[in-house]
Amino acid sequence: MESESKRKKESPNTAELAVTASFPDEVLEIVLSLLTSHRDRSSVSLVCKDWYRAERWSRTQVFIGNCYSVSPEILTRRFPNIRSVTLKGKPRFSDFNLVPPNWGADIHAWLVAFAVKYPFLEELRLKRMAVSDESLEFLASNFPNFKLLSLLSCDGFSTDGLAAIATHCKNLTELDIQENGIEDSSGSWLSCFPESFTSLEVLNFANLTSEVNTDALERLVSRCKSLKVLKVNKSISLEQLQRLLVRAPQLEELGTGSFLQDLTARPYADLESAFNNCKNIHTLSGLWEAVPLYLPALYNSCANLTFLNLSYTALQSGEFAKLVVHCPRLRRLWVLDTVEDKGLEAVGSNCPLLEELRVFPADPFDEEIIHGVTEEGFVAVSFGCRRLHYVLYFCRQMTNAAVATIVQNCPNFTHFRLCIMTPGLPDYLTNEPMDEAFGAVVKTCSKLQRLSVSGLLTDLTFEYIGKYAKNLETLSVAFAGRSDRGMQCVLEGCPKLRKLEIRDCPFGNEALLSGLEKYESMRSLWMSACNVTMNACRRLAKQMPRLNVEVMKEDGSDDSQADKVYIYRTVAGPRRDAPPSVLTL
Amino acid sequence: MEKSGLNLKATELRLGLPGSESPERGSDKNGNAAVILSLKSFVGSGAKRVFCDATDADAKWVFSVSEAAAGRLFSPRGGGSSNNNNNNHGKVHVGSDSGLGGPVLEDGNGACVAAQSPKPVMMVQDKKSHEIAPSKAQVVGWPPIRSYRKNTMSSQSSKNDDDSEAKLGLGCLYVKVSMDGAPYLRKVDLKTYSSYIDLSSALEKMFSCFTIVSGQCSSHNVPSRDGLSESRLMDLLHGSEYVLTYEDKDGDWMLVGDVPWEMFTDSCRRLRIMKSSDAIGLAPRAMEKCKNRN
Repeated sequence: MESESKRKKESPNTAELAVTASFPDEVLEIVLSLLTSHRDRSSVSLVCKDWYRAERWSRTQVFIGNCYSVSPEILTRRFPNIRSVTLKGKPRFSDFNLVPPNWGADIHAWLVAFAVKYPFLEELRLKRMAVSDESLEFLASNFPNFKLLSLLSCDGFSTDGLAAIATHCKNLTELDIQENGIEDSSGSWLSCFPESFTSLEVLNFANLTSEVNTDALERLVSRCKSLKVLKVNKSISLEQLQRLLVRAPQLEELGTGSFLQDLTARPYADLESAFNNCKNIHTLSGLWEAVPLYLPALYNSCANLTFLNLSYTALQSGEFAKLVVHCPRLRRLWVLDTVEDKGLEAVGSNCPLLEELRVFPADPFDEEIIHGVTEEGFVAVSFGCRRLHYVLYFCRQMTNAAVATIVQNCPNFTHFRLCIMTPGLPDYLTNEPMDEAFGAVVKTCSKLQRLSVSGLLTDLTFEYIGKYAKNLETLSVAFAGRSDRGMQCVLEGCPKLRKLEIRDCPFGNEALLSGLEKYESMRSLWMSACNVTMNACRRLAKQMPRLNVEVMKEDGSDDSQADKVYIYRTVAGPRRDAPPSVLTL
Repeated sequence: MEKSGLNLKATELRLGLPGSESPERGSDKNGNAAVILSLKSFVGSGAKRVFCDATDADAKWVFSVSEAAAGRLFSPRGGGSSNNNNNNHGKVHVGSDSGLGGPVLEDGNGACVAAQSPKPVMMVQDKKSHEIAPSKAQVVGWPPIRSYRKNTMSSQSSKNDDDSEAKLGLGCLYVKVSMDGAPYLRKVDLKTYSSYIDLSSALEKMFSCFTIVSGQCSSHNVPSRDGLSESRLMDLLHGSEYVLTYEDKDGDWMLVGDVPWEMFTDSCRRLRIMKSSDAIGLAPRAMEKCKNRN
């Protein structure tokens, strides 16, 4: 498809151009409808007016990375046939409480526009949006074909809203509620699915806490024969889980409930046999409060596992190692650092196909915990898992040499997110900054798309990043750098940079203003607790009218300082729903 | 606080800054005993460094940035014995008007490096209450963990607090150990020790000048099952600078060594190395409680 468009573009032959012009739109639309990648579609729409038109009529899915970059009106005007919408709202640092409440990103205005223009909307995926019960009720009542709702890191709604969805969405296939700021008042929403409702394929309520009616859940699981993904919450006991598994042997992704229960021999055998009967499970999560005693019930199921999420289970290294021996096909692994380096060594020894590793801290605020993971665990994984390309690693110490070894073993990193939890910590063996570590990463990993840096870092790190990270799209920086030069190197150097988020760094106005044109090619820039002034922000806003420059002030801070700055490109102009704490310049 | 005739060299706890030689023991001009504790003893599995470059390579700072922000609180009580030890190698300016939203540290080259924006640090020992010195200031939004995960994990661990901070079914018994005047809490797994002697020597290694517990627990007089007797305890209390105490399931503070080891590990929720002046009131109560139990 790409080469075809290129050929047409490059050809100066008028005869060929005439052929293009008479190519029927309908055929073009059918051809273009086979394109799914958003970026391909964007490229296609730029070829010529005909292609732009054909593309917009044939597009059914849209992805909007920043809900304020475009308005519902502009969206619905351009794309008349959308069935699936993905929207992301607040800046990522809102996950860490850095964004004031009521900041915005409310879904409601979008839903109102969609009710008119996309009444046949089927799918809605929201991340970091503000969603109210009223909006969920509106959604449930106005879109008869609605099939898929996915809410990740959203807030503002309660289980009442879920009840509305369960009650009214007769064609629902997917309900995926993850890690939201949800007011969980009761589990009765689950009982709202009518007895005639059978279309569910994905149900994920693992992060809710209220008890649900287990009879209702069992009946629901029994009658939804296409159910492939079931992730229950920790109110579901092992015995209840066993009954669910027996009714859904076709499951492919399972999130268990609580793994802590006193099981006598018979129920344990039943549980093990229920697991063995589910031969298609490739993803396993949950395991809340897992007692190692019952983990062997999983061993047979682990043989085909490709994704194991133990990030809410505090397993020690010994029992984790015993489990991981049974998971030779693992490609993605999320764990807590309670497994320690020894546990990670077991991963290196047993999981040669591993591509993604995330290690979360069990006790992030306890600085004197003697355990957790160190550079050794990471190095051990890199020796055993050469296909590793995605890592998120929280640790309390690191060395430059270790990181150099790691990227030498695994040069294909696309996502390297290293969080040394004490801000500004140097290499603990040499006492030097961690510049060379990240230098090694960007020099060796040419495919690097996402990088999070930590530890003691000078401007040299950013010189390296600017010089070598040619495919970098997302960069997160905290407590790093020495001067404006650091940020300037990145802005001048990384051609594909889309998201830059910075906190607590000594970057100031000169750095901010060095990126004027750059910001239009990026999705957004976040700078908080840096050295930027209001005047500089005003200058930036004045010179770049297609950027929204928003400043969030903190109580009691100096009037001239811009405490938190969020800058993003937009075709929708300045937003009108900002709360008083957010100043649009 | 006066020293009695007991041999206290082994039991005296001293507070000082890294790289400092053990200063002479004795009172400073205020008549207070100098309290020196080498911060080197806090080197755990990972030595921590201050944010700025230390100019003196030998003086390895062993606290993290948030500690640096609270550096001013480290000065020993009673003025301290060595003046130069009160200076940080990196100067710390704590203030909200630095424009950087946080303390600014100067490294050896004089360049300013921003540290995090500190919340108020609640470090100082509180004589009135038996509160453990709370853990250090936390930076907003750091480490970068989603609120959902933070809340879930903390509710899991506070649940564990109800069970002597035991991680359920996993065979460990982590309890926090704090020491009055120390910037850190430590954690120990009580299950890895089989007696008070074991625990004492482990704590001794952790807080290297600390030999109180072994003093408490060594048996000179008629030993009880664990090598401790009432009268010995009372003798020690008068003399030592610090004693080891623990909070039991009922929330009461007791002297370590009173009860049989198994009973101790069952009921111990956390440990505190407390100034013995604070602990005087404890001993009789501990004895009574123990008697009531038995």
